[in-house]
Amino acid sequence: MSTESTTTDVAAQPDGEPLRVILAKLGLDGHDRGLKVVARMLRDAGVEVIYLGIRQTTATIINAAEQEDADAIGLSMHNAGHLTLAPRMVEAVKEAGLDIPVIVGGIIPDDDVIELQNKGIAAVLGPGASTDDVVAAVRTSISN
Amino acid sequence: MTAEASQDPTANEDDQAAREQWENAYAAQTLRDADFETMSGVPVDPLYGEGPYPGQYPFTRGVYPTMYRSRLWTMRMFAGFGTAEDTNGRFKELLRAGGTGLSTAFDMPTLMGRDSDSEWALGEVGRAGVAIDTLSDMEDLFADIDLGGVSTSMTINGPAPIIMAMYIAVAEKTGVERSKLAGTIQNDIFKEYQAQKEYIYPPRPSVRLITDMMKYTSAEMPKWHPVSISGYHIREAGSTAAQELAFTLANGFAYVEAAIAAGLDVDDFAPRLSFFFNSHLDFFEEIGKFRAARRIWAKWMKERYGAKNEKSMLCRFHTQTAGVSLTAQQPENNIARVAIQALAGALGGTQSLHTDAYDEAMALPTEKSARVALRTQQIVAHETGVTNVIDPLGGAPYVEWMTDEMERRAEEIFEHLDAMGNGSILEGVYEGIENGYFVGEIADASYRFERGVNAGRRIIVGVNEFTEGDDGEQNLLKIDAETEDYQLKRLETVKQARDSAAVDVALARVTADAQDPTVNMMPALIDAVKTMATEEEVVMAMESVFGTYVEQAIV
Repeated sequence: MSTESTTTDVAAQPDGEPLRVILAKLGLDGHDRGLKVVARMLRDAGVEVIYLGIRQTTATIINAAEQEDADAIGLSMHNAGHLTLAPRMVEAVKEAGLDIPVIVGGIIPDDDVIELQNKGIAAVLGPGASTDDVVAAVRTSISN
Repeated sequence: MTAEASQDPTANEDDQAAREQWENAYAAQTLRDADFETMSGVPVDPLYGEGPYPGQYPFTRGVYPTMYRSRLWTMRMFAGFGTAEDTNGRFKELLRAGGTGLSTAFDMPTLMGRDSDSEWALGEVGRAGVAIDTLSDMEDLFADIDLGGVSTSMTINGPAPIIMAMYIAVAEKTGVERSKLAGTIQNDIFKEYQAQKEYIYPPRPSVRLITDMMKYTSAEMPKWHPVSISGYHIREAGSTAAQELAFTLANGFAYVEAAIAAGLDVDDFAPRLSFFFNSHLDFFEEIGKFRAARRIWAKWMKERYGAKNEKSMLCRFHTQTAGVSLTAQQPENNIARVAIQALAGALGGTQSLHTDAYDEAMALPTEKSARVALRTQQIVAHETGVTNVIDPLGGAPYVEWMTDEMERRAEEIFEHLDAMGNGSILEGVYEGIENGYFVGEIADASYRFERGVNAGRRIIVGVNEFTEGDDGEQNLLKIDAETEDYQLKRLETVKQARDSAAVDVALARVTADAQDPTVNMMPALIDAVKTMATEEEVVMAMESVFGTYVEQAIV
């Protein structure tokens, strides 16, 4: 797939290697429309997407992050389970000794965004986020 | 009608005869006690334009001869969260207020066949619906309600036969005859693989469970609708209107083929099939879709599947406004979106309607937002006058063209599925699930839409245009975490009190019956839930034979 040089710049790391991002849904929630759209948005922006899809556990995600040498983990949450599940992912990343950000997208009420950030979630993307928003959130989370 | 056709004298005679037939059918019905006139007092006819008339094959203009002149659509609002007792309290309030239809939403673990104490259930118990682990929960859910006197809708798919078995067991325990049970269970597994993803077993054993339920209800529960064939979720996952129409009806054809292959006569079960569609924002496209759905279903049932009973040819459907069209930004704008979608449902001739609440892009509705949603459809029903005339848009060139175009696009998809299945829609649907056709088509359509929004070619008010004025105020429903602790204790208590030897025997029979495809699963499932075997234990007893389904992770 050819990408425009401007978007590749946005998506690449300082060493010129493309960013590698894991995308997954944790737990039983099967709403995967948003996750698939984000996957295509990131791909079109030159990001390498490792798409795990639905029904993942923290263990399967950590395993993939290690094997694929991922730069970030993106979770999509639509079933009001984010306050329980997302912090568990952050814990699992720490326990595995990885230093990569966890980004959450989906249906997250404003009140919960701050709580998620306090618990170590690097960025929260709501409904209506554009390609630029998504790519910028990934980029900023990784450089921080 | 073309100029040539209207000059054909026999066509005119045929239309005259059809019109008289409709007039007689109309006259034989009882009408609502209402003044069928405009707000300004102008009397209006029940119908304008030509045939095929409402209640006549192929039913493009409506499934009944009187439509809303006899009875408005059912305002069926889907709700539920927390414990079985919480929902039971709400059911009783509804019945006291004169309601007769109960609609049940289950929580995610229940929908996926997992118990509340499963590792997978963490954070999900009682969140988006009621938690049902054992028959004891089901007894609490329907406590002090005469199951012989209500109609119950249960929205569940993968574990539907187990939940159905629990419902039958509650009826038996409370002395209600099975034949008196009325209601609907969604039980539409195909759209789970295609869109909603709440499956457990692979497609073929899942379809065996569905045909077992169709056989069982045909023989024992004549007032029960064993499958509600649902396009709603396909559309929410990102399909186009024509894909929603075609995939849904193709799934319907596939169930018909499966039931016929299982030895049922088409007219024995088809009258109890019903449908569930989405009502999205493109007003005329939606109305064309609803009208085309009726015509396609009638033609296929008659011509391809040999139905003789007209009831087998009726595409009766529930409609829900498009949750996916709701925006988190400036949420009050959603009230206008929902009103337009509700109006499309009414003009499309729906049998029942759920209107979404304006805050549902962010959370389950609050009491206030749910009330506004109900009021929205009441305004459409009682204030706009659209219910005075049957199919009021029928005959309009654009609407008839759109109806034809929706049908044409759907027929192209049926042709593709028929070819994939070598002359069987059922095999075509299996193949389309296995080779990723459905999920791929839906994902492509969804991304096309998003790119339009991203590029500013498609305007969403308050999101990518007209964005000023979002005060950011949110007053959302919060569900406390106590439900989870409560439900876990309950489950533990039930497990302690039951006869575990009886549970083991019953589960062994479930496994044995699953191994023999000629045996109907329902009796073993009913016996198993009566021993207080949990939902997940019963799921696992079948899983050891049926296996599980894991989808390919494709973008």
